[in-house]
Amino acid sequence: MYTLVFLQQNNHFNKKCTMDINDFIKNFADQFDETPLEQFSSSTNFRDLDEWDSLTSLSIIAMVDEEYGVKLTGEDFRNSNTIEDIFNLVSSRV
Amino acid sequence: MACFTIPNVKLVGISACVPEKVISNLDHPYFSTEQMTPFVNSTGVNQRYIATEEQTTADLCYKAAEDLIAKLGWEKSEIDLLILVTQTADYKLPVTSAILQDRLNLPTTCLAMDIPLGCSGYVYGVSTIASLINAGAARKGLLLVGETNSKVVSPFDKSTEPLFGDAGTASAFEFDANAVPIPFSLGTDGSGYKAIIIPAGGARTKTDETSLKFEQVEDGINRNQCSLVMDGMDVFSFGISRAPSAVRELLEYTNKETEEIDYFVFHQANLFMNKKIVKKLKIPEEKVPYTLDKYGNTSSATIPLTIVSELKDKLSSGRHQTLCCGFGVGLSWGTMVLNTENLIVTDITQI
Repeated sequence: MYTLVFLQQNNHFNKKCTMDINDFIKNFADQFDETPLEQFSSSTNFRDLDEWDSLTSLSIIAMVDEEYGVKLTGEDFRNSNTIEDIFNLVSSRV
Repeated sequence: MACFTIPNVKLVGISACVPEKVISNLDHPYFSTEQMTPFVNSTGVNQRYIATEEQTTADLCYKAAEDLIAKLGWEKSEIDLLILVTQTADYKLPVTSAILQDRLNLPTTCLAMDIPLGCSGYVYGVSTIASLINAGAARKGLLLVGETNSKVVSPFDKSTEPLFGDAGTASAFEFDANAVPIPFSLGTDGSGYKAIIIPAGGARTKTDETSLKFEQVEDGINRNQCSLVMDGMDVFSFGISRAPSAVRELLEYTNKETEEIDYFVFHQANLFMNKKIVKKLKIPEEKVPYTLDKYGNTSSATIPLTIVSELKDKLSSGRHQTLCCGFGVGLSWGTMVLNTENLIVTDITQI
């Protein structure tokens, strides 16, 4: 079990070194089916996107869990407006 | 997370009962088909069975228990242990299991108790009944697990009402010195207690004029403080991280590989979340049964209901290892591996 914890931490450490806002925006945009990538930037207010709904928010939570090993809560979303806000939350926790 | 193993106890039979009344989500009495289509697509819940005004958790569990006792051919006088897992008991007090002890004509030597856990409740219930049987409290025991969620959700809340269904189940356990020991992994994180909560009606916030007042929280969500409130994002975030780690921990503790397990029965939370969990664990799809489409989320009852509904033919003959994982309200989670041999499984009945 200790080995597992170590590996997970190590994994997060590697990701921390490579966490990049542009990759994050792309990963964020990948959770949307209709909205083109050009519409996403760090200052994009995700709630203004037509496609934003409870399912896309869950997809973002799943993406952040898979890609960065970080847990996002409902409160995190309520306190955020832009993609950069979410990026900052995630990077502070990796 | 606490990992432990209980010997000398075997699951011998299982049954389930749902109400007759069925509600289709795409033909919902309150929400439009347009509103419900994305909900059905993501949660996988097409329909649910809902109790009538008069029907309660005890009624559903009573029927499941009678069906199972008859199919097993048990003498009622031999049943010395009755546990009911439910969050929707018939009364605030006394415990509903006491009422069922009498209604089922079980002897007064019978130990009866309620356990008010939800999504993790089946696994906790098995750990409790198995501990008591192993300790010598009884040779034969019944674990009833049921919910009437429809009684506690607001009919005008599209984030909860269309997800939940009602069901009652019964599982029969026996002392057996040759039984394969049951391994468990149980855990709790009460910091997330607000993720799924009925805020009023208990001691902290009483039922009064204020708590009974319905309020529009957002579009499609109108409820009072005595209704179930769920923060879907928190629950999702918890489920996709905790459930896979709980399964991994139990497999590690038991030195088992995924391949050795015949079936993985997860709490039926919602399809989107369950699929993520299964994908993360890299479990072959054919080993993972679902009943969300037919029964929705029935809280503590989802695991036994899914076993009866989807694994009856498979578990009825031969030996099988079934991993069960429940996770949710509390926040609380539990995982176990049940070994069965020619399990007695009834057909699902309706009342």
